[in-house]
Amino acid sequence: MENRVAAVSMQGISKSFGTIQANYNVDLNIYRGEILSLLGENGSGKTTLMNMLAGIYYPDEGQIFIDGKPAAIHSPKEAFSYGIGMIHQHFKLVDVFTAAENIVLGTIAKGKLDMAKATAKIRTICETYGFDVDPEQKIYNMSVSQKQTVEIVKVLYRGADILILDEPTAVLTPQETDKLFAVLRNMRNDGKAVVIITHKLHEVEAISDRVAILRKGQFIGELITKNTDAQEMTNMMVGHEVKLNIDRPEPVDPRPKIEVDGLTVRSSDGILKLDDVSFTANAGEILGIAGISGSGQKELLEAIAGLQGVESGTIRYVNDDGSREELVGKDPLEIAAMGVSLSFVPEDRLGMGLVGSMDLTDNMMLRSFRRGKSLFTDRKTPRELAEKVVDELEVSTPSVNTPVRRLSGGNVQKVLVGREIASAPTVLLSAYVVRGLDINSSYMIYDLINRQKKNGVAVIYVGEDLDVLLELCDRILVLCGGKVSGVLDGKTAEKRQVGLLMTQLGGGEPVEQ
Amino acid sequence: MNNSIKEPFLHITKRKEMAWQKAWAIRGGMILLALVICAVITASTTELSPLAVYGTMFKGALGSARKVWVLGKELAILLAIALALTPAFRMKFWNLGGEGQVLVGALATAACMIYLGKTLPNAILIPVMFIAAVAAGALWAMIPAYFKAKWNTNETLFTLMMNYVATQLVAYYIIIWESPKGSGKVGIINQNSEAGWLPVIGNNKYLLIILIVAAVTIAMHIYLKYSKHGYELTVVGESQQTARYVGIKVDRVIIRTLFLSGAVCGLTGWLLVSGSDHTITTTLAGGRGFIGVMVAWLAQFNPIAMVASSLLLVFMTRGAQEISTIYGLNQSFGDILTGIILFCIISSEFFINYQIHVRKAAGKEEANV
Repeated sequence: MENRVAAVSMQGISKSFGTIQANYNVDLNIYRGEILSLLGENGSGKTTLMNMLAGIYYPDEGQIFIDGKPAAIHSPKEAFSYGIGMIHQHFKLVDVFTAAENIVLGTIAKGKLDMAKATAKIRTICETYGFDVDPEQKIYNMSVSQKQTVEIVKVLYRGADILILDEPTAVLTPQETDKLFAVLRNMRNDGKAVVIITHKLHEVEAISDRVAILRKGQFIGELITKNTDAQEMTNMMVGHEVKLNIDRPEPVDPRPKIEVDGLTVRSSDGILKLDDVSFTANAGEILGIAGISGSGQKELLEAIAGLQGVESGTIRYVNDDGSREELVGKDPLEIAAMGVSLSFVPEDRLGMGLVGSMDLTDNMMLRSFRRGKSLFTDRKTPRELAEKVVDELEVSTPSVNTPVRRLSGGNVQKVLVGREIASAPTVLLSAYVVRGLDINSSYMIYDLINRQKKNGVAVIYVGEDLDVLLELCDRILVLCGGKVSGVLDGKTAEKRQVGLLMTQLGGGEPVEQ
Repeated sequence: MNNSIKEPFLHITKRKEMAWQKAWAIRGGMILLALVICAVITASTTELSPLAVYGTMFKGALGSARKVWVLGKELAILLAIALALTPAFRMKFWNLGGEGQVLVGALATAACMIYLGKTLPNAILIPVMFIAAVAAGALWAMIPAYFKAKWNTNETLFTLMMNYVATQLVAYYIIIWESPKGSGKVGIINQNSEAGWLPVIGNNKYLLIILIVAAVTIAMHIYLKYSKHGYELTVVGESQQTARYVGIKVDRVIIRTLFLSGAVCGLTGWLLVSGSDHTITTTLAGGRGFIGVMVAWLAQFNPIAMVASSLLLVFMTRGAQEISTIYGLNQSFGDILTGIILFCIISSEFFINYQIHVRKAAGKEEANV
């Protein structure tokens, strides 16, 4: 291994953004014919490091060598000239163009554009590696996984032989992930260098030959995948021993709390987002919601919270004495005025749950500022709450006067979750609560959610990591295209089964309700 | 070995939080730099001594007791307009209609003076004028706010267009009220009876205006910083999504905030007509609806800091007028100097927020290969 010439060698790379040192003195080699996993928690500098190869950022210090020769990469175009192509988390495709048009877009060729020839070349690439994509299909008709395929083909079409994929599986179902991995293996066998950025350990184990680990911007070490295990990688990634299982206490006295019946929701442009959705969420239980992103999870939670107009159907809140109250047609204030204590941790933390430029105290006030008859706000109580949340949830912040935008993702989430559970809710709605969080923070959040469950709160947990959903939730409701495609028991459900329900209605699997 | 590699020479990164002393040192340094640049330009284009020119500017702005009072009044009027715009700006509602809102306030004041001046005593007339002016200004601002809240129209264009409507409205009434006939002017209203004129405190005609604006400044500061309304409008400005999420009625907050914004503009119109000019012209606001935008931005929407930024702008304008009269320079010369100074002040924010690195010769470690 030592006598191979690295396709890419990064030496002593440092990059900082203001106070944040994104990378510090990183040495990394990438070889052809190999799949390298770049593993690290969120904010560990994986994407920044790779963006410097892709020409998006330029290193502050250090040198990049391509095939042993020093290289300076100022732009994505120059990256392509070195054969480096990166597939970003957010796709950059023109919706109204076909796959082929998107792939050809931006390539500079002399003379007239020969679409037929280009399409033929695209087909050859697809056949070589086993891509399942139709060059003539328009992007807006494609699924997320197909769009990703187009991005990969686009990079290959430009002659890249060093491919970097930034968290490619975040948007895929387990089945689609398997397909992607098969394609990546074909590319490796063809002698290409493949880098996959990820923080999911089981993926590292499934796909890569070698794994390089970053922590807080620094290179920690590299391992040969087959000689290591999840525990060793986690310890290197986090820096200390972490226990990797989630509790699932038995629900105590589960009673219906929220009854949704025949809920149908359309977006403002008339697209059907939820179609005749019915289910019951019980107090003292965690109801997981699984589904490909955009299957109606957001609309479902917002409808319950009173933020989304409803076309038809009912959402009933069950009081302790068994009486029922309708939530449809009420706004958040009216719902609160009815005495329903409903907390909501939305997906978009800084765009909806919090105000980024305000400090912790002011953010705590968002829920409570109306209290009292005074014209003026009371900052004392929220300040105490902020201090309590910082203390109990170990939020790392200079003070409670720091704008929340300056905190890291995990700390932002702790502030939001801390505020939402401070009001002693009876219903807790949460959307992707651990997205972007490091392992420690994630486990702390699971623990907080479990405590709410033990207190008899009806928890609705929208998640994307199926492993976590299966470990944490008592029941899992699967959404597919706005319809309920199944409700499974969390203790007995299998990942494969959930994956199938996410992509096809019914799926031939027994549906229990 | 790698001589052929081109490295970017400069690169710019965002700075960490800067100590306030250092930030003010940078601001001070940039003002000094501005004065040096202005001196070079003055000396090379006019052959006057830059120091003499600066001295004249000071004299023009602060040279006599009368000049200090005029400066104070001008400052108060500009500050009042900037304060009026601030709640709207904090809500990210770009109210560029200060000009028009001041004008309709002034128009309402003048109408009361002309039609009620003979029947009502000042003790009743002045409050009536006040209410009419505030209501007119508020109405003028609420029209675009209503459209924004209901149909999300572009408030920048809408408020800007409302300025032209207001100017035409004033032009129309000037013809009706013109005195003496054929002059095309309204002239001093109620010159003999002084009906509707703000009372003079002591010997200083402008003291009352200054006191009223000082009270407005403090009230606005408290409103924005400590009131529930102030909190709501900041949340709406930062994120309407968040506002809805916590149950704030966004439409209502937009309309309410613009009511306030327009009301304070209307109040300024009342001060101008009743307290200072005692007449109305189409150029009564004199562009201060726009200069107020700059005052508010320079002070980063902090009402107390606006006292300083409006002082700077008024001082520059008054000083520039003086040097153009004394030295017989073109009026534009003063504008050039003002422009240079503002440019330097605004660019100091760039140096406070960003750091420029000169890249040291890189790739020295190539021996490792």
